[in-house]
Amino acid sequence: MSFKRFFLTFTAFTMLTSVSAFAAAPIKIGALFAVTGPAAFLGEPERNTAKMVIEEINRAGGVKGRKLELVVYDTAGDATKAVQLATKLIKNDKVSAIIGPSTTGESMAVIPVVEKERIPLISCSAGSKITDPVKKWVFKTAQNDALAVGRIYEQLQKQKLTVVALLTVSDGFGASGREQLKAQAGKYGITIVSDDTYGPKDTDMTAQLTKIRGSRAQAIICWGTNPGPAVIAKNAHQLGIKTPLYMSHGVSSKKFIQLAGDAAEGIRLPSGKVLVADLLPNSDSQKKSLLEFVKDYQKHYKAEGDHFGGHAWDAVMLLKNAIERGGDSPASIREKLEKTTQFHGVGGTFTYSANDHAGLGKDAFVLVEVRNKDWVIVK
Amino acid sequence: MQLDQILQFALSGLSTGAIYALIGIGFSIIYNSTGIINFAQGEFVMLGGMLTLFFIGLLQLPLWAAIPCAVLVCTLAGMLFERLAIRPLRKPTPINLVIITIGGSIFIRGLSMLLWGKDTHSLPSFSGDEPITIANATILPQHLWILGITLVIIGANKFFFYHTISGKAMRACSYNSRAAGLVGIDVRRMVLFSFVISSAMGAMAGIIVAPLTMTSYDVGIMLGLKGFCAAIIGGMSSGIATVIGGLILGILESLGAGLISSGYKDAIAFIILLLILFIRPQGLFGKAESERV
Repeated sequence: MSFKRFFLTFTAFTMLTSVSAFAAAPIKIGALFAVTGPAAFLGEPERNTAKMVIEEINRAGGVKGRKLELVVYDTAGDATKAVQLATKLIKNDKVSAIIGPSTTGESMAVIPVVEKERIPLISCSAGSKITDPVKKWVFKTAQNDALAVGRIYEQLQKQKLTVVALLTVSDGFGASGREQLKAQAGKYGITIVSDDTYGPKDTDMTAQLTKIRGSRAQAIICWGTNPGPAVIAKNAHQLGIKTPLYMSHGVSSKKFIQLAGDAAEGIRLPSGKVLVADLLPNSDSQKKSLLEFVKDYQKHYKAEGDHFGGHAWDAVMLLKNAIERGGDSPASIREKLEKTTQFHGVGGTFTYSANDHAGLGKDAFVLVEVRNKDWVIVK
Repeated sequence: MQLDQILQFALSGLSTGAIYALIGIGFSIIYNSTGIINFAQGEFVMLGGMLTLFFIGLLQLPLWAAIPCAVLVCTLAGMLFERLAIRPLRKPTPINLVIITIGGSIFIRGLSMLLWGKDTHSLPSFSGDEPITIANATILPQHLWILGITLVIIGANKFFFYHTISGKAMRACSYNSRAAGLVGIDVRRMVLFSFVISSAMGAMAGIIVAPLTMTSYDVGIMLGLKGFCAAIIGGMSSGIATVIGGLILGILESLGAGLISSGYKDAIAFIILLLILFIRPQGLFGKAESERV
């Protein structure tokens, strides 16, 4: 009985998904997201967003009469798995382009595969090395760490703060941020007096902060993703540290304010504009895309759309535009992608070219501050 | 290096150490009455925090009411775990038991992930967030709660094991379970008891740290391992030795992070674990027993 029911559902399901095959053949798009595992906070909103956008494109009649078909696999944040699944997407599912993976480590692992098989990849992870140096088939939508670091340093320079202490998480995200923070310090005339790390699962950072308190740092820059920075905010509050605390874009969601509570007040961080979409001036060219994404996500998932989901939104929209402009095979999609100019997405305004596959400028980030449990834009 | 910095390191270390101690004692209580190292102990810590959140969030209970509910449910989970996973085993060899507890911990973690999602949550503090200054070092009221509750639990534990019939019976089982069985002690019930006590303690540990460290479905792994380290340093004793083990571990971690490098914080714990296992497998304070070496 139960087998029969299972079989019925299964057939119904396959029929539902393959019904469009009878019309003009759909364009298959593969997606690799870390929906489970440690990077699930990236992968989950990304998958949700990609599904939502593709659904909407299809409801509106597809792209040039052809539907888009999304094939999503969960990499669980594992680079080996990501490589296997990328091969599966290319060989079995015969996709024309791939969106994802969610983390830099996975993206780097997948790059040789797509380069060899000649399938365009739009990565949703932030590491600068994904598109630097430029790889022919690889693009990305997430803002480079370098841009976020630049945004913080600019502000510090403006306030004439030149001595900073770093506190970064000991994973890929933190390591990449730390590298950038150190590399760009000289350019902005900033001296790093203390360079500490903490583990992604650490529960008490007072030791590191006590050390920083004893240094002559004028600002503390912490690079990590939840929950670490929230613990740091609480610890800093406990120790009575008055030095301005800067965080990375890794915690730019309401979740951070919820976790850190009162201790979050006054903390500043660079963030994609999605966080403050409704606060942006109407003249902002991204505002339309941003509001559309936020509203849509709210409607579908009853949760606030964050900039991680935004990366997937941008990736799907960039692909859609490339297909609209005549790309249907992997090679032509890639070619049209590279010619994208002034696409106002969620993450920023994208302009790809033969020697820039990241496509964003410093204006992709705004500096925000936590005030009364909400975000305000720092002018 | 100023003195007040060292004091701050020590205070931070003490409060994390107290948690390690509480978890460590959970390990040793079960070990002593059954010979099992229960690697699911960390998951009960996680369950404590998550269940409190669940009761506050879903049932709108106030914090003081949610805590006993969470401890109760967690204790039930511990009993179920013993009944369903440990007791049915026909030939309980140590390796089987270890694998079962690891499997159990993965199961509990997975279930909580499905139930409550992957987000990190924070619990409100028991009594405000205003730091208390002690000679230029600061601690939070929550730290005092942690130290106080740990002391009370350890005291109650001591009383139970040395001054009540059930406690004495459990100790008898730990010395020699067959002999204990021969004098009429229901060994299986004592095993169940040990799971009840240690899951309740784990839950309490999870609840009192949650306001400081936040909680999510996967906090149990690391806390469990650190608690295990504490128990090993204390030579798997369910008394004061494990407490001292936990405190030593906490302070060394905090001093190591502050004075040497924060990158080696976890390494310090595990190096101590290995050293103790190599050099003094009976624990830092234990007398050598020939059969354990």
